[in-house]
Amino acid sequence: MSAIAGNWVAVGTVDDIPRRGARCVKNGDMTIAIFRTADDRIFALEDKCPHRNGPLSQGIVHDGCVTCPLHNWVISLETGQAQGADEGATAAFPVRIDGSQVLLALTPAAEKAA
Amino acid sequence: MKEKLVIIGNGMAPGRMLERLFEAAPGRYDVTIFNAEPRVNYDRIMLSPVLSGEKSFEEIVIHGDGWYIDNGITLYKGHKITGIDRAAKTVTSDKGEIASYDKLVIATGSNPFIIPVPGHDMPGVLTYRDLDDVNAMLLAAQSRDKAVVIGGGLLGLEAAAGLSERGMAVTVLHIMPTLMERQLDPAAGYLLQRALEERGINVMCKANTKAILGDGKVEGVELADGTVIPASLVVMAVGIRPNAQLASDAGLTVNRGIVVDAGMRTSDADIFSLGECAEVDGQVYGLVAPLYKMAEVAASRLSGDETARFEHMDTPTKLKVTGIDLYSLGDFAEGDDREEIVLRDAAAGVYKRLVLKDNRIVGTVLYGETADGAWFNDLKKKQTDISEMRETLIFGQAYQGGGQLDPMAAVAALPDDAEICGCNGVCKGKITGAIAANGLTTLDGVRAHTKASASCGTCTGLVEQLLSLTLGDAYNPAAVTPMCGCTDLGHDDVRRLIKAKGLKTIPAVMQELEWKTSCGCAKCRPALNYYLVADWPDEYADDYQSRFINERVHANIQKDGTYSVVPRMWGGVTSSKELRAIADVVDKFGIPTVKVTGGQRIDMLGIRKEDLPAVWADLGEAGFVSGHAYAKGLRTVKTCVGSDWCRFGTQDSTGLGIRIEKFMWGSWTPAKVKMAVSGCPRNCAEATCKDVGIICVDSGFEIHFAGAAGLDIKGTEVLGHVKTEDEALEHIVALVQMYREQGRYLERIYKWARRIGYDEVRRQIMDDAEKRKSYYDRFVFSQKFAQVDPWSERVSGKDKHEFKPMATLSLEAAE
Repeated sequence: MSAIAGNWVAVGTVDDIPRRGARCVKNGDMTIAIFRTADDRIFALEDKCPHRNGPLSQGIVHDGCVTCPLHNWVISLETGQAQGADEGATAAFPVRIDGSQVLLALTPAAEKAA
Repeated sequence: MKEKLVIIGNGMAPGRMLERLFEAAPGRYDVTIFNAEPRVNYDRIMLSPVLSGEKSFEEIVIHGDGWYIDNGITLYKGHKITGIDRAAKTVTSDKGEIASYDKLVIATGSNPFIIPVPGHDMPGVLTYRDLDDVNAMLLAAQSRDKAVVIGGGLLGLEAAAGLSERGMAVTVLHIMPTLMERQLDPAAGYLLQRALEERGINVMCKANTKAILGDGKVEGVELADGTVIPASLVVMAVGIRPNAQLASDAGLTVNRGIVVDAGMRTSDADIFSLGECAEVDGQVYGLVAPLYKMAEVAASRLSGDETARFEHMDTPTKLKVTGIDLYSLGDFAEGDDREEIVLRDAAAGVYKRLVLKDNRIVGTVLYGETADGAWFNDLKKKQTDISEMRETLIFGQAYQGGGQLDPMAAVAALPDDAEICGCNGVCKGKITGAIAANGLTTLDGVRAHTKASASCGTCTGLVEQLLSLTLGDAYNPAAVTPMCGCTDLGHDDVRRLIKAKGLKTIPAVMQELEWKTSCGCAKCRPALNYYLVADWPDEYADDYQSRFINERVHANIQKDGTYSVVPRMWGGVTSSKELRAIADVVDKFGIPTVKVTGGQRIDMLGIRKEDLPAVWADLGEAGFVSGHAYAKGLRTVKTCVGSDWCRFGTQDSTGLGIRIEKFMWGSWTPAKVKMAVSGCPRNCAEATCKDVGIICVDSGFEIHFAGAAGLDIKGTEVLGHVKTEDEALEHIVALVQMYREQGRYLERIYKWARRIGYDEVRRQIMDDAEKRKSYYDRFVFSQKFAQVDPWSERVSGKDKHEFKPMATLSLEAAE
């Protein structure tokens, strides 16, 4: 059901995602988590914590970050960078809202850290 | 090709060595560790606070399992190395594992010395060396009986204070005329003895142990003069010996310890040794600061830096007994070329002594007032000529150069290179620099960034003074620990204000209590959600986005992102129909692992998230509801077969367990709650290590509480005795409700009860019938809204979005 316009892929509507929650988009072997914050901003990260590959989509969303459900690493939704004293990053994908449609670009915003 | 580094021993020294090595030469070695102790690296010098109950084992772990995985280390726990083959360059463990090495590090530590008096090998005679010793002492302490500690040195006195804190009547036997004679002069030793006696610890000096008495188990200790001291526990803390046998068997040079050069190399150039087992320049060390220094030298050498050298260092001795301040450093023997300055204030219990040679400090003993220790240490280290300030030297730094009598002034005046944390070698400048650079405002922050105060903790006061010097009024050490970074309020204040202000939603709490973040964090949101559920069961709408994933999807998340599901089996009883239904579900969904849990339930592991609703639907059809195995709530009530089947059963323990579980399931609590009912004192359901346990006896029911069998192992306390099942139910329900209303989120019953006081819990639940009834009624009221099976709710479509992807893109779209 995904219409492709240029680089952008429509993956669903904003209302499909609970506030302060996430939904997943499967893209081949990769899972991308689409997050919606309390103030309705949308972000996309590869659904893998840089620590032990925990599914970030299952974490608690707060203040522009998500806390990984496995070991409580806090990851920035915007950059995919681990916060605090932890180091590492997961891939962040550009995402935008067109009307109520959520559009996702499948090229990571920045090179993923090794 | 990576080089192979094998380490024998997993104590604090090799742990620190690896941290430094990974910084200096990341990826250079494949590391394999063999550890005879079956656990990860922990802070051994903090065992005393664990014994006294001030800390838990979790709090003293230095490197958890994750650290080893993250760093690609192969850790063999519980493997003792039995031989080193230097020609083949291999080591062999007692379990038959053989590992080859390019470089080998021997860090086998030391063994406690045991006086070979008659009876020394009886059960009930312990040493004080590792966590197993501490656990054994804690078990023994539950008897509230008498203990004898042989050895009046640092470890012996810490053990004695810990056991006394745990309720034992303790006698310390010390062979010398005064305590800690190697670190303290007789005057300070006397003050220490008096302070211990004031705490109810009996101290006998010049006591020469002749035998340990008893028939099969310890009954007492006999001294050379014939005195007999009754005891059911004897702790020997008379010293340690470097554990050098393995090295010696391998043909390495060994004196008292394994002989190493200043670069920590043994007589074999590819073998290093460090820690308590190593001997440098004729000296062996037992305090952590020089051992950490060895670790740094060894790491440098292993990373290719051949210049690092270990040099002898003096380390201050401090006793980790709360309320006793003691500091000793250097050499304080008398001598013709020595002078001394002594200050005594008998009323205040203060004693200070400085030993001088050529107007320079060579030794310091401080008792009762130790704040100037770091300053004296600094003068000694720098060999400062003190003749100018001789008149006022003993009064400390505040009296120098017209300085005012301000406790802060001493710390403020310390130079930046003055050592604050001896254990980790952290100086003042590094701490103040880290505070400024990282905007630190708490002790924990300083610990995380500098490691200062993170080992034995005796420098905590100094670090706090540095925090308040650097931050001014912004630092308030007396403040309660905030719930998290989003608020300055502690859990208790938040709970109180939720009630007092009638706050009934998370946004209302955050607004009224001035939260610093827009929507909290993963620490405070689940806590607030619980407090609101517990306080307003009829009015509050549960916030699913503030629950951890396990509670949000009613299954346990596992390491690979799959889930496990545990259906409720009331009282642990099942039937062929239930087992058949479980077997069918396992087959239908290809569930890879089926496991019986410690709480007598069946765990199905490895279920994909999207399959969960279908699994629940099938289980629900067979009559199962969720076992809440994931919940901060009532999990299981374990039972034995009781009077129905057992020859010894006194009551229907199975029936009572089922009744309790059916009554209480679905209730949310601050942390998980596990219960058990045993049909007789043989205790087959293991009720005495549960949050709440019942032991059935002929005359009724003995109710227990506040046990634990996780990282902390703790037997239960007795709440009281009741005659009927109905009374038993009312009492435990009231107890759990009291905990629900007062517990801090994630605080288990045993921690809550310790904080509130066991007697206070007994008073409210056993003695105050009115209070008990009102707790009971509030629990019953809240159950009206709680006993909803979350599985059937999900099967009927609630939160459907959780279990399905939002979109599945075709492969072309991914290029």
